[in-house]
Amino acid sequence: MIINIPTPLRAYTDGRNAVEVEAANVASALQALTASYPELQKHLFNGDGRVRAFVNLYLNDEDVRYLPAKDASPVNAQDTLSIIPSIAGGLPGLAVQAIAPSAQSLPVNQKR
Amino acid sequence: MAAITEPMPLPELTTDDLSRYSRHLILPEVGMEGQQKLKASRVLCIGAGGLGSPLAFYLAAAGVGTLGMVDFDVVDASNLQRQIIHSTKDIGRKKLDSAEEKLKALNPALNVVKHDTMLSSANALEIFRDYDIVADGTDNFPTRYLVNDACVLLGKPNVYGSIFRFEGQASVFATEQGPCYRCLYPEPPPPGLVPSCAEGGVLGILPGLVGVIQATEAIKLILGNGEPLIGRLLLVDALNMRFRELKLRKNPDCPVCGTHPTVTQLIDYQQFCGILPESRQPATIKNGIPQMTVKELKHRLDAGDDLFILDVREPYEYQIANIGGKLIPQNDVPQRLGEIDRNREIVVQCLSGGRSQRIAEYLKQAGYAKVSNLAGGIRAWSEEIDPSVRKY
Repeated sequence: MIINIPTPLRAYTDGRNAVEVEAANVASALQALTASYPELQKHLFNGDGRVRAFVNLYLNDEDVRYLPAKDASPVNAQDTLSIIPSIAGGLPGLAVQAIAPSAQSLPVNQKR
Repeated sequence: MAAITEPMPLPELTTDDLSRYSRHLILPEVGMEGQQKLKASRVLCIGAGGLGSPLAFYLAAAGVGTLGMVDFDVVDASNLQRQIIHSTKDIGRKKLDSAEEKLKALNPALNVVKHDTMLSSANALEIFRDYDIVADGTDNFPTRYLVNDACVLLGKPNVYGSIFRFEGQASVFATEQGPCYRCLYPEPPPPGLVPSCAEGGVLGILPGLVGVIQATEAIKLILGNGEPLIGRLLLVDALNMRFRELKLRKNPDCPVCGTHPTVTQLIDYQQFCGILPESRQPATIKNGIPQMTVKELKHRLDAGDDLFILDVREPYEYQIANIGGKLIPQNDVPQRLGEIDRNREIVVQCLSGGRSQRIAEYLKQAGYAKVSNLAGGIRAWSEEIDPSVRKY
């Protein structure tokens, strides 16, 4: 299945916007993803191994939280898993602070 | 489908209206009645910047009767890459004034209401009350949650748009049947580092795309026609020009819009997002530069310490407000090092601490031994030490 990687996380997937994994359900798809790209682990999951609250996972177009089986939901090869973090434009997201590499350089003019 | 029901009779269209909106009038989806609904409508735009520019322009063009705008900011050259409601001659001018001028030029019949203030828990409910729809074009998480909660509490739809680099999101939150922003993101992300003014950068056209989507949704809600983005999250990837849609569910346990809400009043959103005011944070060293709080600076100045305050802002900013520092705009610093005494203790200062941090680092590399950055800049000084210093 394909996992769509949002912009703030692409730094940890060698710039890839989509990663192909083999998995039977959502949880193992994520495990396969973090196995290939270990830096994603701390950005996607908190200390006790649960997906961080400001990161939403969608299986095709459905929010995984609302699926009956949640992250045990089975997936097949045609399915797509999307990671959707909250964004707030302009100021680089606290989401971005939390899950993206630190700003490379400050621009000349700081005003947004 | 959410329609805005107007208990009062719809306003008549003038002869000018009939000729101006002729292309609307001949559309079955709008017609005379639709145009009258637009004329009666009152929309509040939060932000007169990237998203606000196209949003306000198209609402004005469409014949919305009253357009409120909330923005306390001033036009800056770097805005002009995307904030198309402002012009080069507006640099330094209040965004609200610049926006009003362009909107009235486009549509003189438009009633523009300027809210020259920072939206907060203290004023949001009162400001929102007079409007039918709120369009959120802001740039930070605390305000997103504030706008959402205020909309839910007041029963006003929240036409949401957000952008980051080249991706955008759009939806309609806070309708009675639909989800709210908290249903999608119950918790804000942790702020992590000290809030910085470093930019992620944004493709100039992106807020144009998303802002017009927001305007479209607002107009559809007013007309009561079409299918609004209620319960749908539109994802825009401008780089690959792909549009996707995700389903949004109303969360029955949502603390604001659920069946048993626990949030019945506006809260402290800065605290909710885990943001401490700049000077309450512990003194830190950032990239080798000690961060001086404004309280510390005041204390040391009062004690008679010999500090060289280097103000690295632009001349027009210095004219608006200053704390008596020596003005050398950031880009001139390398050529004017001769004016910055190496033997003195230098405190670099700008508007909110970003540019000054960069210059402080430069000075350190240039061999200056005693350099610190004024954390929070003149803004923090105005907020915490001397409110008579104008904020901009």
